[in-house]
Amino acid sequence: MQKLERIHLLSRTDMLKPLRLFVRNVAVKQNCCKDNVECLVMAVNEACMNVIQHAYKYRDDEEIIVEFWEDNKELIIKVIDNAQSADTGDIKSRDLDDVRPGGLGVHIIQQVMDCVEYKSGDGSADGKGNLLEMRKQITSEKKSENENNAVVNNAEKE
Amino acid sequence: MNYPVSQYQSFNIIQLSGEIDLNESPNVRKQILSYINNNNDTLIDLSAVEYIDSSGVASLVEGLQVARSKEIKFALLGVSDAAMQVLKLARLDTVFSIYKSLDDIG
Repeated sequence: MQKLERIHLLSRTDMLKPLRLFVRNVAVKQNCCKDNVECLVMAVNEACMNVIQHAYKYRDDEEIIVEFWEDNKELIIKVIDNAQSADTGDIKSRDLDDVRPGGLGVHIIQQVMDCVEYKSGDGSADGKGNLLEMRKQITSEKKSENENNAVVNNAEKE
Repeated sequence: MNYPVSQYQSFNIIQLSGEIDLNESPNVRKQILSYINNNNDTLIDLSAVEYIDSSGVASLVEGLQVARSKEIKFALLGVSDAAMQVLKLARLDTVFSIYKSLDDIG
């Protein structure tokens, strides 16, 4: 497993836009296809947004760390905070048939990533720290184009 | 940021643009609710929205709920691909009335 990038950001809502640009650049550098790029941007944005809203409760001077790893054509993103450890059992997608504002972030992350795992606590006595690990198989731009062409070709044959 | 507003038939059209994220969605929410609370039928034009996250979508859902409670019309207009992707992920694309263009309103 190879570490690609690590970024530290303050828990401010105005940091989300530059963060999305950073994620986009990392994904493009890994030759991710357009769909992959959009999924990764969405997932990291929602994850950091959840940290700002729920973990840090809008305290804007706290730290969020986002790490990017690559392992055998899989991109692994870790979002780390130093807030009070959450009960990971409480972090789950809600019933979408209940149409109401909020609570969609976890669902969106689960939809766009292949594997999502929450870990709480860093083992320290003060019970602080949360880690969200998200994985996504990388589909390269070239491969994606070829697949699209194959779909078009097959459709034309039919 | 105050988004431009125009009128069409009974609707006020709020034209959102750019990236609607947690930093911007409070402004969006405030502007949407100000029109709905004045009992105006409201269209949200999403054609120039390049990015919207779940907080932006929450503002739209809240607008819809308040509009329903006041029995006024609330719909989305010209939803961009980026916005539609998120609405579909949240399974809200069938919850909102969505018009491709003003011509579709009739």
